[in-house]
Amino acid sequence: MQPYIKHTSIAALMDRSNVDTDQIIPKNFMKKVERTGFGIHLFHNWRFLADNVTPDPDFELNKPAFQGAKILVAGENFGCGSSREHAPWAIADYGFNTIISTSFADIFFSNCFKNSILPIKVSDDELAALMAEIKADEGVEFTVDLEAQKVTTPGGIEINFDVDAFRKESLLDGLDDIAWTLKHEDKIAQFEQANKKKLPWLWPSA
Amino acid sequence: MTKTMYEKIWDANLVHEPESGSPLLFVDRHLMHEVTSPQAFEGLRLQNRQVRNVHSILGTIDHCVPTKDRYNIVDAIAKKQVETMTSNCAENDINLYGMDSDQNGVIHIVVPEHGFVHPGMVVVCGDSHTATHGAFGALAFGIGTSEVEHVMATQTLQQKKAKTMLVKVEGKLPAYSTAKDIALAIIAVTGTAGGTGYVMEFAGDTITDLTMEGRMTLCNMAIEAGARAGLVAPDQVTYDYLEGREFAPKAEYWEQAVAYWESMKTDEGAEFDEVITLKAEDIAPQVSWGTSPEQVISVTGVVPSPSDFDNEVKAQACASALKYMDIQAGQKITDINIDIVFVGSCTNGRIEDFRAAAEVIKGKKVADGVQAIAVPGSFPVKLQAEKEGLDKIFVEAGWEWRDPGCSMCLAMNGDELKDGQRSASTSNRNFEGRQGKGGRTHLVSPAMAGAASIAGRFVDIRDWK
Repeated sequence: MQPYIKHTSIAALMDRSNVDTDQIIPKNFMKKVERTGFGIHLFHNWRFLADNVTPDPDFELNKPAFQGAKILVAGENFGCGSSREHAPWAIADYGFNTIISTSFADIFFSNCFKNSILPIKVSDDELAALMAEIKADEGVEFTVDLEAQKVTTPGGIEINFDVDAFRKESLLDGLDDIAWTLKHEDKIAQFEQANKKKLPWLWPSA
Repeated sequence: MTKTMYEKIWDANLVHEPESGSPLLFVDRHLMHEVTSPQAFEGLRLQNRQVRNVHSILGTIDHCVPTKDRYNIVDAIAKKQVETMTSNCAENDINLYGMDSDQNGVIHIVVPEHGFVHPGMVVVCGDSHTATHGAFGALAFGIGTSEVEHVMATQTLQQKKAKTMLVKVEGKLPAYSTAKDIALAIIAVTGTAGGTGYVMEFAGDTITDLTMEGRMTLCNMAIEAGARAGLVAPDQVTYDYLEGREFAPKAEYWEQAVAYWESMKTDEGAEFDEVITLKAEDIAPQVSWGTSPEQVISVTGVVPSPSDFDNEVKAQACASALKYMDIQAGQKITDINIDIVFVGSCTNGRIEDFRAAAEVIKGKKVADGVQAIAVPGSFPVKLQAEKEGLDKIFVEAGWEWRDPGCSMCLAMNGDELKDGQRSASTSNRNFEGRQGKGGRTHLVSPAMAGAASIAGRFVDIRDWK
C-alpha cells in the first residue's frame, strides 16, 4: 500500500448527503476481476450525459476548478449502501486520497483505510466552514497533515481530527494488514485448537 | 456481569487484543460470490498465501447470472467473472454451488438452506446483506474485498467493537404487514445512518412471532439502517429450522450445540447503548417514495414535501428525490402508477414470499402495460414453489417465472429498468439508478408487489379486492 504523505491539494465539493456506493461506482462496472481502472467510471451516472461519454457540465466534479483535486468534501453519511470495495478503488484511481465529511458508513470507512484513502470526520460546523470556503474560492487548496491530525486552509480554518492510532500508523507506513495479523499467527492457531474442542461440530472430522 | 448477545459473540471469538494495534476477531464462516472475491484470490496468489480454513467457506454465483437462458452470459466481462469464481473455488478446493449445481442461488438464500450458519458464529461475506444471517443469532456482516483476502489468509478480521442498539417491536402486526414492513418502519425511525457504528438486536414478541424467513428479511435490512449487523436471539423456531440440514450439528452434538446457543443469548438486564421501541399495530404496509430506504411511508400516506422536514439536509434530500422519482409532494401513494414488478432478492426471495405474492394475484391478471417477474432466490425455492403449484399461479396471472439470481435487485445481469421506468420491488435499495440508470424504485413487501402488478399502481392491500 502507498504511504499517506502530508499534502496540499485542491479540495472538490460535493454538497450532497447520503452519497451511496451505487453512485460512486454503478454496478455495471463491477464485473472486472482486477482492482485497477475503476477511476474512469467514478460517479458515472452523475458524471456523464445520456450518451455515457460526454461529461455533464452541471456535475460538480466536472468543474474545471476541481480538476486534479485530491481532497473530496461531501455531506453526511458518505459511502452508505453496498460493501463494494470498487467504490474506494474508483475514488483512489480517480485521484482522491482524502474524503472529509461529518459521517461515513461503516464498511466504506474501513475499506478506505485498505486503499490509502484517509476519511476524516469533522463536526457540522467545521464541514459548513470548509464548504463555504470552497464555494467562495473554487480551486482552493487545503493542507492535510495526518501525522499532526490537522486540516488547514488558506482562509485560516484549522481542524484537528481524530483517527484510530493503528489505522493512522498503517496509513503513514503503507502497512500490509495481512502481514501484521500473521505476526500473531501463534495466537490464531491456539484459538483454533481450543475452538475445535469447544465447538467440534464446526470443524471437519479428522 | 450481564452481557448482550453481541458482547458474548465478540468475547467468544476474540483471538487476541494486542497492546498496540487492532483486536483480532475469529471468523467462523465466510460466504462468497463472484463480484467481490476475484481480487482477493489474486492478492493471495501474488503474495503466495494459502486459504487457511477451506471448510469455513461456502460460495455461490448469483449477481451476474441471467434469469432466462442462464448459461448465455452475453457480457464478456461478466462471463469472465463467473469463470474466475469457478476456477478460484476449484483451485482452492472451496465448496461452490456453481452454475451447474441444483443448489445454486442467491448467497443469502442458499447458505441458510444448508444450515451453514449457526447461532453464536461470526460470519462474513463481501456483501453488505450478510446482515441477513443475524436472523440465526450469528454476528454477520459485510466486508470489503481486502478483508475477504485477509479472512482467507488469517481466518480473522481486524475489528473495532461496535455499540449496541436494542430495537424492540411489540404487539400484533396488522393484517398483510410483514417483516419487510417492520424493517422499513424501523428505517423510517432511525434513518439510513441511525445505526452507523451499532449492532442492532431485534427483540419483542412481534419479532419472536416471525418465522425464520421473516427474521432473515428483517435482519437483511439492518444495513439499510446503517447498522453493520442485526441480531435475533435463537429460540425453538431457529433450532427447528436448523435441525437436519446439511451443515447443522449432527445428532451426537445436537444437545451440546443447543446448550451453547442458549448460553449466547442476551442476559436479562444487560444494557444497550441505545433502545428504540415500536408498536407493531402502528406498522401498516410500507412503500418507499424516494431514493433512500428512509424515504418511506405507509401506503395510506401521501408523498411528503421538503417543508415537512425540519432538518435542512433531509429537506434537500426530499427535494432531490421528488425530482428524480418524478412524483409530487401531496400525491397519494395509491396514485403512483408502476411499469415493472419484481419479486425476489436476498430480502424477499424465499418460499414464503412467493406464497404471499401468489395468494394476492391468484385468478387475476397483470394490468395492461405492466411487466411482472418472479425470481426465486434459489433452485430449492423454485422447486418448492413449483411443487406447490405457485409457478402456475404466477404464469396464469401474466407473470414471468424465472430462474434464480440477484436479478433486478441490483441489475447486474441484464434484468433492469429502462430510463424513466418505475418499479414495485421487493428488494432492499431504492438508490438512484440501482435497478438501471434513470430507473425509479419503490420498495414494498411481496404481497404489496403482487397487488401492484394487478392494479398497475400501489393499493392498500388490506381493503383491496
